[in-house]
Amino acid sequence: MTAATAPHDHFWLTFRRSLAGKVLLTPKGGVAGAYLLVLVLIALTAPWITPYPFDQQALPLANRPPSLANWLGTDEFGRDVLSRIMYGARTSLSVSVTAISVSVLVGMALGAAAGYFGGMFDRGVTAAVDLSWSFPEILIALILVAIIGPGLHSTMLAIAIAYLAQFTRLTRAQIMGLKGETYIEATLSLGASHGHVVFRHLMPNALAPVIVCGMLATGDAIILEATLGFFGLGAQPPVPSWGAMMSSGSALIFTAPWIIVFPGLAVAITVVMINLFGDALIRALDIRANLREG
Amino acid sequence: MALLTVENLGIDIHGIRPLDGVSFSVDKGEILGIVGESGSGKSLTALSVIGLLPLIGGRILRGSIRFDGIDLATLPEAEFRRLRGRRIAFITQNPMTSLDPVMRIGAQIDQVSMLHLGLDARAAQARSIEIMAQLRIPEAATIYHHFPHQLSGGMKQRIVIAMALAADPDLIIADEPTTALDVTIQAQIVDLLVELVRERDVALILITHDMGVVAQTCDRVVVLYAGRVAESDAVAAIFERPRHPYTRALIGCIPRDETAHGNLTGIPGAVPSVAHYPAGCRFHPRCPRRGAPCDHIVPVSAAMDGGLFACHFPENSGVAR
Amino acid sequence: MSGGAQNLVELRQLSKRFESRRGLFGKPRAMTAVDDVTLGIPKGRVTGVVGESGCGKSTLARLVLRLLEASSGEVVFDGMPLGQLSGGALRKLRRRMQMVFQDPYSAIDPRYNMADALLEPHRIQGIRLSRADARTVVGELLGMVGLGPQIAASFPHQLSGGQRQRIGIARALALKPDFLVLDEPTASLDVSIQAQIIALLEQLRSELGLTYLFISHDLGLVRYFCDRIVVMYLGRVVEVLPQPHAAPRHHYTRALLDSNFVPDPKRRRTIRRLTGEIPSAFDLPPGCAFAARCPRADATCRAIRPDLTQTADGHAAACHHPL
Repeated sequence: MTAATAPHDHFWLTFRRSLAGKVLLTPKGGVAGAYLLVLVLIALTAPWITPYPFDQQALPLANRPPSLANWLGTDEFGRDVLSRIMYGARTSLSVSVTAISVSVLVGMALGAAAGYFGGMFDRGVTAAVDLSWSFPEILIALILVAIIGPGLHSTMLAIAIAYLAQFTRLTRAQIMGLKGETYIEATLSLGASHGHVVFRHLMPNALAPVIVCGMLATGDAIILEATLGFFGLGAQPPVPSWGAMMSSGSALIFTAPWIIVFPGLAVAITVVMINLFGDALIRALDIRANLREG
Repeated sequence: MALLTVENLGIDIHGIRPLDGVSFSVDKGEILGIVGESGSGKSLTALSVIGLLPLIGGRILRGSIRFDGIDLATLPEAEFRRLRGRRIAFITQNPMTSLDPVMRIGAQIDQVSMLHLGLDARAAQARSIEIMAQLRIPEAATIYHHFPHQLSGGMKQRIVIAMALAADPDLIIADEPTTALDVTIQAQIVDLLVELVRERDVALILITHDMGVVAQTCDRVVVLYAGRVAESDAVAAIFERPRHPYTRALIGCIPRDETAHGNLTGIPGAVPSVAHYPAGCRFHPRCPRRGAPCDHIVPVSAAMDGGLFACHFPENSGVAR
Repeated sequence: MSGGAQNLVELRQLSKRFESRRGLFGKPRAMTAVDDVTLGIPKGRVTGVVGESGCGKSTLARLVLRLLEASSGEVVFDGMPLGQLSGGALRKLRRRMQMVFQDPYSAIDPRYNMADALLEPHRIQGIRLSRADARTVVGELLGMVGLGPQIAASFPHQLSGGQRQRIGIARALALKPDFLVLDEPTASLDVSIQAQIIALLEQLRSELGLTYLFISHDLGLVRYFCDRIVVMYLGRVVEVLPQPHAAPRHHYTRALLDSNFVPDPKRRRTIRRLTGEIPSAFDLPPGCAFAARCPRADATCRAIRPDLTQTADGHAAACHHPL
């Protein structure tokens, strides 16, 4: 081995041992990771790389089946379905990722505070979580959108609130379990503040399952966003979203099935890939847990 | 011929060999102590004798385990099942988890005598209550109908012992039966076990890490270290003139009234894990008496005055260091 | 009370009650975990607290360091009543009083390596260290507890129980305290490792002039390690032995002593069985808590609670019929 290759080898080894390496170097994690990376790139660069502008109408070319000019066909206004799916990825991803991130952050804060301090605050939070837990997320989201009105931002807010109970509950349970560990008492006996205990010990140790759960919820959120879009409650025309595209295609399902099938496939494949990635993440984190046991 | 004779036992668990040439014997009315630190192979020895090694993916590589003329090492599982619980009983370390939480105490004891002695329900109940009373469980007929969570730790361990006795076994193996209990309760349980052995003429193998328990209860002792027998002898001899430096060190770990301050030093280092057993005598890295051959020549077991020891430089034997 | 030496810590009529409720609509029940404990902890000595489960020894340990708030009574540390200190002042004072915990397996955050774990006390107390100083501190602390510097990069799962307990001791020593509460520091270790840790604690005490409060269930160990022994039963102090080998006067101490497994087959116990179980700490009887198990108990014992009475030699016992 020459000296020149050594740093490269070192990098490779570090990568293989890192969490990212453990996820991406498995078949599941690798395929899912590659797909999600491509999807994110498409979403980011959609305005420059789509074959046609998403809102370019050509009524004479309406409802054309897939062809060389329009790979996935055209919709009822003659707009290119492929371009609209690529643009729709922007909506689906940004709404679901933003909503779940907000939900995770707020849920962790609520759950950690409830689990750590207990008392009346905990009882209140637990009651609210239990109440929300007894309704399906879709119902909560629908009611919220009905109250605040349709649109992209209200969709995000609705999804974030719909999933809040899940993360609050999970974080609270994690914190409650970890709170009894001796190292928490040991840290307090050194004169640590509650902030130190929560942010340096409890949160880092509670993080992994919450992250995995957030990953899997992102997949669900894409479906929820599509559903709200399907009902016309999400992104408003002409902004494309996968759900809204399927909704408009539903009228022509027998004459021009490609209008509804391709956005549907985009939703399905993306959700499956996110779940695969989540599985790989669980696997990788479990391996770490096993190592910890020696 | 002793009731149980284990000779040169070696086992394999997923390619590692945690026991190597373990030999001992125990007879009716006798208490044999198997003592050593955690990781010395005490519990694996017990599992080998009751034929439960396959549970943890292990198997017997060599050696024999003769119980009343039967070779347990080669006994098919179907036949072993008739022996286990019937003639060989096992008492585990943690009474909290060895009882079924959703089954009444009495039913759990009844089960044993119904299965092994073929008693009907009424006879089994009478027998269970009788055994419970013998174990000084107050109001046995009432406790009989209780659930495990209604009992204290010491009482649960008595129930576990009652289950062990229900089929009238010849050999009882108790794996650290008192470590999970309070001090005064420990003494009660140990006294109870000793009495049982004397009264019922059963053989008891008591597995423990505590030389104090050994001194107070056992007739003979096997000292295990890292899967091998360091020394075995009668209890008086073990304490009076230990030959293996490990035996002496282990005894020295328990403070006595006359132990002067600073004289409790423990044994330096720790028991090696199975994957890292050193060559030669496995105790040599921690041994104050180690010499030239210790790190590459495995000491052969030598007999002297009825005891066995495996050491190149034994104490109390006229061999100079 | 302490036979000469000055007290570093004084406990005055310290009590702790826990309320619990069975289910949502259950009646609240009170359990007195520590009941009216008055005790001096002499400077530079080892005071042992011994008792079985439910005797309140671990609760007492936490009250002494104010990790738990007392229901009544107070703890005075070096002249300062802890109960009157503000949060900030108490956190500062924690430098001087530290604790070593029973379970070394969960006493270190699994995500911390040993260097981080050993530096955490400084970080918590807001003491900034340069990289070089930090390395020196870690090296010194590891050396103090007999571990090599290579341990600094290890994570808890890579260490044995004995090594972890040494780290627990090093962490407690990091801020150079005067007073250590040792809560069964060897109860989950092998006997050979227990003896190592006790030897280490003995050596550190004499080198650093520390004061120990040693909590244990093992009377044999306490008699070896401690200068003075406090025996607790169901939340109360039942006997204080001024010297570790003083003859017990309380029947419970006698029973504990009889239950000890002496490692000498020539001194086998003549079976003197203590009957009965430790009663529940809820709904204690009015008289002596030990009356239900005591061979000498009579009507007085069951009706009237005996006071802890002290004789001239500093020996105190709470018994109507002392030995």
